[in-house]
Amino acid sequence: MKDDRPDPDALLARVRKEQARQHRGKLKIFFGATAGVGKTYAMLEAARHQRAAGVDVVIGWVETHGRAQTEALLPGLERLPPRAVDYRGTTLREFDLDAALTRRPALILVDELAHTNTPSSRHAKRWQDVTELFDAGIDVYTTLNVQHLESLNDVVARVTGVPTRETVPDSILEEADEVELVDLPPDDLIQRLREGKVYVPEQAGEAVRRFFRKGNLIALRELALRTTAARVDAQMEDYRRDHAVPGIWPVAERILVCVSPSPFAARVVRAARRMAAGLRAEWVVVYVETAGQTRLPETDRDRVVQTLRLAEQLGAETVTLTGDDVSTEVLTYARQRNVTRIVLGKPARPRWREVLFGSVVNELVRRSGDIDVYVITGEREGPQVPAVERPASPVDWQGYVQAAGVVAVCTGVAWLMFPRFAPANLIMVYLLGTVLAAWRLGRGPSIFVSVLSVAAFDFFFVPPYLTFAVSDTQYFVTFAVMLAVAVVISTLTTRVRAQAEASRQRERRTAALYSMTRELVSQQGLDELLRAATRHIAEVFGGRVSVFLPDPHGQLVQRAGELAPGTDAPSERGVAQWVQEHGQMAGRGSATLPGARALYLPLTTARGTVGVLGIEPPSGETPATPEQLQLFETFAAQTALAIERVALVDEAQQARLRSETERLRSSLLSAVSHDLRTPLATITGSASALVEGEATLDAATRRELAQAIEEEADRLNRLVHNLLEMTRLESGGIRVRKDWHPLEEVVGSALARVEKHLGARRVVIQLPPDLPLAPLDPLLIEQVLINLLDNAVKYTPDDTPIEIAASVDDHTAHVTVADRGPGFAPGEEARIFDKFYRGQQAGTRSGAGLGLAIARGIVEAHGGQITAETRRGGGAVFRFTLPLAANPPEIRPDDG
Amino acid sequence: MAERQTAGEAEPTRPPATGPVVLVIEDEPPIRRFLRPTLTSQGYRVVEAETGEDGLLQAATRQPDLVILDLGLPDLDGLQVIRRLREWTAIPIIVLSARGAESDKVAALDAGADDYVAKPFAVGELLARARVALRHATLGREPGESTFVLGDLRVDLARRRVWLGEVEVRLTPIEYRLLTVLVRHAGKVLTHRQLLQEVWGPGQVEQTHYLRVYMANLRRKLEADPARPRFLRTEPGVGYRLLTE
Repeated sequence: MKDDRPDPDALLARVRKEQARQHRGKLKIFFGATAGVGKTYAMLEAARHQRAAGVDVVIGWVETHGRAQTEALLPGLERLPPRAVDYRGTTLREFDLDAALTRRPALILVDELAHTNTPSSRHAKRWQDVTELFDAGIDVYTTLNVQHLESLNDVVARVTGVPTRETVPDSILEEADEVELVDLPPDDLIQRLREGKVYVPEQAGEAVRRFFRKGNLIALRELALRTTAARVDAQMEDYRRDHAVPGIWPVAERILVCVSPSPFAARVVRAARRMAAGLRAEWVVVYVETAGQTRLPETDRDRVVQTLRLAEQLGAETVTLTGDDVSTEVLTYARQRNVTRIVLGKPARPRWREVLFGSVVNELVRRSGDIDVYVITGEREGPQVPAVERPASPVDWQGYVQAAGVVAVCTGVAWLMFPRFAPANLIMVYLLGTVLAAWRLGRGPSIFVSVLSVAAFDFFFVPPYLTFAVSDTQYFVTFAVMLAVAVVISTLTTRVRAQAEASRQRERRTAALYSMTRELVSQQGLDELLRAATRHIAEVFGGRVSVFLPDPHGQLVQRAGELAPGTDAPSERGVAQWVQEHGQMAGRGSATLPGARALYLPLTTARGTVGVLGIEPPSGETPATPEQLQLFETFAAQTALAIERVALVDEAQQARLRSETERLRSSLLSAVSHDLRTPLATITGSASALVEGEATLDAATRRELAQAIEEEADRLNRLVHNLLEMTRLESGGIRVRKDWHPLEEVVGSALARVEKHLGARRVVIQLPPDLPLAPLDPLLIEQVLINLLDNAVKYTPDDTPIEIAASVDDHTAHVTVADRGPGFAPGEEARIFDKFYRGQQAGTRSGAGLGLAIARGIVEAHGGQITAETRRGGGAVFRFTLPLAANPPEIRPDDG
Repeated sequence: MAERQTAGEAEPTRPPATGPVVLVIEDEPPIRRFLRPTLTSQGYRVVEAETGEDGLLQAATRQPDLVILDLGLPDLDGLQVIRRLREWTAIPIIVLSARGAESDKVAALDAGADDYVAKPFAVGELLARARVALRHATLGREPGESTFVLGDLRVDLARRRVWLGEVEVRLTPIEYRLLTVLVRHAGKVLTHRQLLQEVWGPGQVEQTHYLRVYMANLRRKLEADPARPRFLRTEPGVGYRLLTE
C-alpha cells in the first residue's frame, strides 16, 4: 500500500464539510489589526462591486462612526432598518436578525462581529447572529479586529495593557470562506489618528490613546498578519491533503489540558488552544474534582464552570474526572485517550505548600513517561475569567445553634465525670462531640464546636475554674492539640461526607438514567413515553420539565410535562421553536437566548430534530454546569431515541395498514364492480328495450321491464347504502344515539322496510309482551335486523319461514333471527361477519359481503355481541345481544 | 303502484290545465325530468324552480297549492326555504331528502314541512303523500267529520269512543288523545316532538320513551299483529304515521 494516498477518513470529513458548506452561505471576514485600518471601508467597497455585478446586497448593520469617506460608499446600497431595543430606560439600536432572515438577500453586511447584543436579543453575541445568517444560506460580509479573537484575547491584553471583553471564538475565523486582511502600516494609522480619521470615543480618550501607541500597533499588526498567515498555512495543508502531496503527515497529536479553579485557568486554555490549532490536534480539557474540592467556595466552582465553557467555545472536549489524586487521574485518562501532550498552568501557590503537600506539576512530570508536559505561566496580569456574582449562601444558623447544644451536652457529661476522671478523659468527651458535629452538622459548625470545646474545657475544668484564665501554661499545649485534633477530625469527616454525597448523587443520576431508559423501552404509545421521560428527568434535576413536539405545520406543541406560570409565554415558545429549527440548545444557561426561563435542548436523532426538551430549574438555582449539561444531553438523547423508536413503530404499522387497506380495497373493487355492474346492465338493457320497442312491446312486457328496472335499482340502492354504511362505520363516522325503545317497534319498522323484499315469505315473530325498553339507536338496530332478514331471504328457500324472537336475562336483551335454510359449512360461523366474506352457498347471488359485517359493527358499537350458529333441526340462527341499563325510565300509567 | 310512470320526454296528451298547481324546487335536472311528466299525467300543473331563491319567488307569484322541496339546494338551506315560506303561507310542503339524514327531516318537519319522501323513492309514494297533503289543506277550511273510519277501526270523535269491528276498545285518556291527534293528521307523518307537544303539552317534548310506550300500548289494543302494524306505522328516527291507504 502506498502511503501517499489521501487518508480516506480525512477526505470524507472534507467532503462532508464541503457539502455542509454548499447549503450554507459564504462568510467573508475583513480582518484588521485594530480599529481605524479601514475594514468597514473595504467591506463597503467590496459590497459595491458585488452590487454592480447584480448581486442582491443589503446592509444589515454598518458603523461608519461618521467618517465621510466611508459614508460616501453607503448611497445605492439597501439598508435594513435597525431594531429599537429598550434597555434600562434608553433606546438602543440593534441589528435586526429576524428582518434580515425575512428579507433573505443574497449577501448581507454585518459590521463588528465581536459586538455584544443587548440582553433581550436572541443571541448574546453578534457572531451568533452571523452564524445563523450563513447557516440560513445567506452570504455574509463582516469585520473583525485581531484583539477580539478568543484565543488571542489574553496575548493582546498583555501587549496593550487594555483588556478586551468582547470576543469571538476562533472557530468562526476558521469557518470563514474568505478572510481578507485589511492592513495599514502603524505610521499611517497614527497619521490617520492625528487627522481625526479614526473614531475615538470621547470618554475613553486616555485609555484609547494608550492603546494606539506605536509599539502596540506593531504588535497587533504582527498578530493579525500571523493569524492570517496561519490560516493560509492551514489552507495550504488542506490542499496538500486533498491532492496527497506526500511527506507532510503530522503525527496525530492529542492535547490534554488540566485546569484548576484558578483565575488563570483561562490563560492555560487559550494557550492550549493556540497550540492545538498550530498542531491541528484534538484537545481535551480536563478538570479533576478531588474530594477536598467538592466543597470549593461557590465562586471557585463557578470559575471552573466558566473555564470549561470557554474551552468548549474554543472547540475543546471537556471532561470532569473524580478522584483523590489529580496527577493519577490525569495520567490514567491521558493514557486512555492516547494523549501526546499535557498542558497545565504553573502553580501560583507559595513554595512551602509545595514542599508540604507536593505539587501536581512535579508529580506529572515525574510520572508522565512519554507524554510531553507543558507548563504555562500563570501571571497576575491578564484577563481572568470573572467569577459569576451570586448572593452569598445564607449561614446555617441552626447548625451553629445545634453545635452549641452539642458542646453544652459534652460539658454536662464532663461535669458529671469531673470528680472521678482525669482531665484527659474529659477532652475525649469533647472530641467525641466534635466528631458527632462533623458527622451531622458539616464543617463550619464542627470547627465551631472544636473552638467552643476548648473554651468550655478551659472555663469549667482548667484551674482556676469558671474563668478563662489559665494557671498552668502546660494547658496551652493541651488546647493546641485539642483544637488541631478537632479540626482535623472535622475536616476528614466532612470530606468523607461530601465524597459520599457526591458519589450518591452520581449514583442516583446513573440509576435514574438507567431506569428511564428501561421504562422508555417498554413504553408503546408516544404520550406515555413522553410522560415517563418528563417524570424521570424532573425527578433527577428537580424543577419543571416539558417536551414539545412539532405539529404537522412545524409549530411546536407541548406534549408532556408541566409548565411554570409564564413559561407558556410566546417568548418561551419562541425559544423552543428556535431550538427546533436550528437543532441547538438555547435558553437559560446557554449562549443563545440566555434570558429565557428554561433551558431548551433539541431532541436530535439521525433524522433530524424530532422535538424539544425544556428544563426549568427550580427557582434560584444557578445555570447548569457543563457536567449537568452533558447529563441533560444524555437524557435528551435517550428521549429522542425513544421518540424515534415509537415513530418507527408507528410508521411500520402505518405501512402495514396501508398494504392491508390496499388489499381490502382491491377485493372491495372486484366485488363491488361486479355487484354494481349487474344491476346497471339490467337497468340499461330494460330501459333501452322500453325505448326501442315502444311500438312493438305489449303492455305486460313493458310492465315487466319497468318492474325489472325498479327492482334492480332497489338492489343497487341497497348496495350503495351498505357501502356507505360500512365506510362510515370504519371511519368512526357513526354515532350511536341511544334512547329507550321497545324492541317490538324496531322489529316492526325493520319488517316494514323489507316488506317488498320479503314477498310472501312467512315471518314468525315471538316477542314476550313484557319486554322492557332497551337503550338503542333505532335506525342502526333496524339496519341490523334488515341486514339479517335480507341475509335470510337471500340464502334460504322461499317456502321456509324466518323467525324473529327476543328474550331478556340479566340486564341483556337477546334477539335472534333464525331460518330453515342450508345453515353453515363447518367453521364458517366465525367468518361470515368478516368484511367481503361470502358464504359457501353464495354462488352467483349478488352481494358484496358487507351486510353482516355492518351488523357486527353496529352491535359492537352498542356494546353487544353478534354470533351465528347452525340451528338445531337445520338452518342458521343469528343472535345478537344488547346490554340493558340497570335503570330503565319509569313510565307512569295514566289510569292503572 | 298504479301510478307508476316512465320518465318520458313529453306527455303527448296533457289533461286540461285545471288541476292543483305543484311547485317543484329541485336542482337536479334528472329528478325534475321524471317528476314533471309524472305529476302532469296525474292532472297537476307543474311549476319548476332550480334554486331556493327562485322557488320563493315562484311561490309568491304563482300561488301553488303544493310545494315539493328538495332539502339539498345549491343556494339556500332547505330549512330556510321552509321558514321563509311559513312566514306568509300555510300551503303544504313535501320535503325530498336523502335516507340516513333523519335529523334533517325532523328539523324540516318541525320547521313546518307537512311530510317527507326519502330519496330514492317510487313515484307512487310521492303521489300518495301529495294527495294526503292536499286533502288536509282543503279539510282545514271545512268542518271535520265527527267519525273516523279506517278498516275495522272506528273512532267517534264526538262521543269519544273507539270500536274495532263490533267490539268497543277501552283506551286510557292519553291513549285516546294520542289516537285523536293521529286521526286528525291521518296519512301525515308526525314527529315525536309534535306528538309529545299535542298529547302531553309543551313541557314534555323530550320524553320520547313515554310516546313509544303509549304507542306500543295503542298498537296492542288496535293492531292484529303489533309487531307488524297495519295502521300505526313507525317512521324510524322521525316519528309516527297513521296509514290511511
